[in-house]
Amino acid sequence: MSKEIALEMRKVSKYFGDLAANRDVDLTVYKGEILAVLGENGCGKTTLMNMIAGIYFPDAGNIFINGKEVVIRSPKDAFAHGVGMIHQHFKLVDLFTAAENVVLGIKGEGRYRKKTINERVQAIADRYGFHLDPQKKIYEMSVSEKQTVEIIKVLYRGADLLILDEPTAVLTPQETEKLFAVLRRMRDDGKSILIITHKLHEVLSVSDRVAVLRKGEHIATVETATTTSEELTEMMVGKKVELNIERPEPKNTCDRLVVKNLNLSDVEGVQILNNVSFEARAGEILGIAGIAGSGQRELLEAIAGLQHLSTGEILYHNPKTDKVEDLKNKTPLQIRELGVRLSFVPEDRLGMGLVGNMDIVDNMMLRSYRRGHSMFVDRKKPRDLAERIIKDLEVATPSSHTPVRRLSGGNVQKVLVGREIAASPTVLMAAYPVRGLDINSSYTIYNLLTEQKERGVAVIFVGEDLDVLVELCDRILVVCGGRVTGVVDGRTTTKEEIGILMTAHGQASENKAQEDETDA
Amino acid sequence: MHNPDKKTREPLFHIVKRDRISLRKSLLIRVVATVSAMLLCTLLAYVLIGEKATPAKFLSQFFQGVFGTSRRTWIFGRDTAMLLCLALAITPAFRMRFWNLGADGQALIGALASVFCMFFLGGRIPNGLLLVISLAASVVAGAVWALLPAIFKALWGTNESLFTLMMNYIATNLVMFSITKWFYPGKDSMKEMEHGHLPQVLNEYLLVILIVLALTTLMFIYLYHTKQGYEISVVGESENTARYVGINVGKVTVRTLLLSGAICGLMGFLQVSAFDHSVTAQSIGGLGFTAIMVSWLAKFNPFIMIGTAGLIAFLQRGGQQISTAFDVNDAIPNIFIGIILFFIIGCEFFINYQIKFRASQRSKGGSAK
Repeated sequence: MSKEIALEMRKVSKYFGDLAANRDVDLTVYKGEILAVLGENGCGKTTLMNMIAGIYFPDAGNIFINGKEVVIRSPKDAFAHGVGMIHQHFKLVDLFTAAENVVLGIKGEGRYRKKTINERVQAIADRYGFHLDPQKKIYEMSVSEKQTVEIIKVLYRGADLLILDEPTAVLTPQETEKLFAVLRRMRDDGKSILIITHKLHEVLSVSDRVAVLRKGEHIATVETATTTSEELTEMMVGKKVELNIERPEPKNTCDRLVVKNLNLSDVEGVQILNNVSFEARAGEILGIAGIAGSGQRELLEAIAGLQHLSTGEILYHNPKTDKVEDLKNKTPLQIRELGVRLSFVPEDRLGMGLVGNMDIVDNMMLRSYRRGHSMFVDRKKPRDLAERIIKDLEVATPSSHTPVRRLSGGNVQKVLVGREIAASPTVLMAAYPVRGLDINSSYTIYNLLTEQKERGVAVIFVGEDLDVLVELCDRILVVCGGRVTGVVDGRTTTKEEIGILMTAHGQASENKAQEDETDA
Repeated sequence: MHNPDKKTREPLFHIVKRDRISLRKSLLIRVVATVSAMLLCTLLAYVLIGEKATPAKFLSQFFQGVFGTSRRTWIFGRDTAMLLCLALAITPAFRMRFWNLGADGQALIGALASVFCMFFLGGRIPNGLLLVISLAASVVAGAVWALLPAIFKALWGTNESLFTLMMNYIATNLVMFSITKWFYPGKDSMKEMEHGHLPQVLNEYLLVILIVLALTTLMFIYLYHTKQGYEISVVGESENTARYVGINVGKVTVRTLLLSGAICGLMGFLQVSAFDHSVTAQSIGGLGFTAIMVSWLAKFNPFIMIGTAGLIAFLQRGGQQISTAFDVNDAIPNIFIGIILFFIIGCEFFINYQIKFRASQRSKGGSAK
């Protein structure tokens, strides 16, 4: 290889307790390339990057930058070596402008002259093709603009090697494309870019090479041009995985849950849901797409009886009695007493769906402990159910008496979904059910949802990965700023169409306005 | 792997949270802590009290104070029982993460209610009936004292710690007021009453001890095997989960605090009817606060509380003997009690966390969990 090496890691290891987050990882980054670091959740991608950025200190191994061995003990050291990391969670001062945030904490001449700093920041933006107004305040910005500020902040400090931790997780497809264009320009300018991701199609579209990690170990680094998504998945998971989601045609559909004109405001009076109307049909998976925080969580919670709605109707068509019940502002208990079989897999698994310190058996009882008139709890049936779920869904746990917080994310989710499905629901709502799950567990969950759909359950699925949404769902409801901006057919729509609806400004409320998109 | 730059090595040690610990290891840590606390105390006694307090004599006096005579042993049993009773009272609230710091006041107001009944009804109705009425009055008074903060918390989300704490002072002052106004006008302490004595089994202590032991068993069953106990755990662990499954958090809060206050009231009744036959502002003497430690050290498990209550009663009784035997003031035994409790509570740190030294990083990694 004729290219110059920018960064080299040799046999780098990091342990947390007896868990090896990284073991003997070798990694080489050349100047002027985009290297994707690919791996499942918990495989040690972020830990590895944090060691370059000075957040963690390696337990063993050496790091070389531009051919010299370096010791990076703090983010400051990392900057001194030209390494900058853009974290998943932004660290910006809301009341400051973009330019002020960029220069914050840097010594040097002219840092108090607004005109100078604005010009400098603008120069960087122009050089790489960012769309950014240096004088705009952070609180007025969309997520993608904030990300731009973070990137410029790192560039301003003279970073030659940029690490981006899951940069696309918060972006729409259009914004992602723009980010990738900028990254390519930076690469052509000679910068090295490390991008952490677990989304295969992004890896294939933006990177030059891919380093695959599995269980803390470096499996291989391959040229992007010569690999396929199947090959990469196999390296990530360690075995062949069928990546197709089955989508049988819906049968005998009928309206099960009809939501009309829901309006919801939070404590401060900010409108979270704005005239939301839709229907969920039995035997169908209804997907809900939208940028995080567009009201998806509140919508499901409102249906489950956990939010107080100002106006609207939630009409449940009971298949047994053919009666129509309005669930609006009923408590979860009242909803159940009406005979409504509503199951809900909330976003916050251990904070809402389960009790982390209780064992699997006690968590099974959460839904059913009231049964019977005895004042004592009956743990026999929950124990049987726990054993059955452990067996059927292959939950990896020492026993049914293990506190659920000790289980891994995927197993926690299997316990929760298993319990909710065991209640034989007629409506099943799942919010981000595969977040943080490995590929195998994710597909287990998709299959469970499809299975429920075939049983005639009305499934509502809030997802963040548009690729999955268009493969799994029959219809997709798109929300933006608490409004429904469209309902599309899952079989004919495209990611791009959903992406435009996700940021459909004009309809969106003011504080969610995505001005960045005007020229998209 | 060698590292060329010395400054860059990791710190000498770092602290890692343990994921789990074997029962044997945790017991061992506790025993080591207790023994080293005792050793330190004997050494310190030698320094503070002087040559007469040799380690052997010090320790023997300590045990003498608790088990030296059968009367002392019974008093130790009584102290344990009363402390345990209050610990049982606060436990349901604590399991719900409702920090009831008002057990002292709730028990005191219970005691006051009993004294009221005995003072004004004593001699006019049969003793058995008097006891039943006093018991009911105490239980209701204690429950009401806990109910007020609970209602405010359930309806308006007020902070329960401050509220329950302040209720203690109201109870104390009500007692002082009642004594000067009714029980012994013009004085600040009252005479022992003749009526409303709890029947004795063998002696004045045994019946109370048996009642508290029965209560311990009932509380264990309530917390671990009833639907209400289960609801308390869910609310304590996560209010969001409780709401999600349709538990009415406010209702559970109020119900649990009624129970908590009622048991405090019962303790006040026992204190008056079995032992004191009067009431003073110090009738409960801060046991409501000590009970927090008893409950917490036992991780809110009623049966383990028998042990932790016993331990604390043991330290207090032994400490008193030290001050009598060596003729030193009360402060000295309090220093010892403080040291021992510090070690026992402090060793929880080593049970929850592990200290890893630089060199042992890798080799100990395996035994960490």
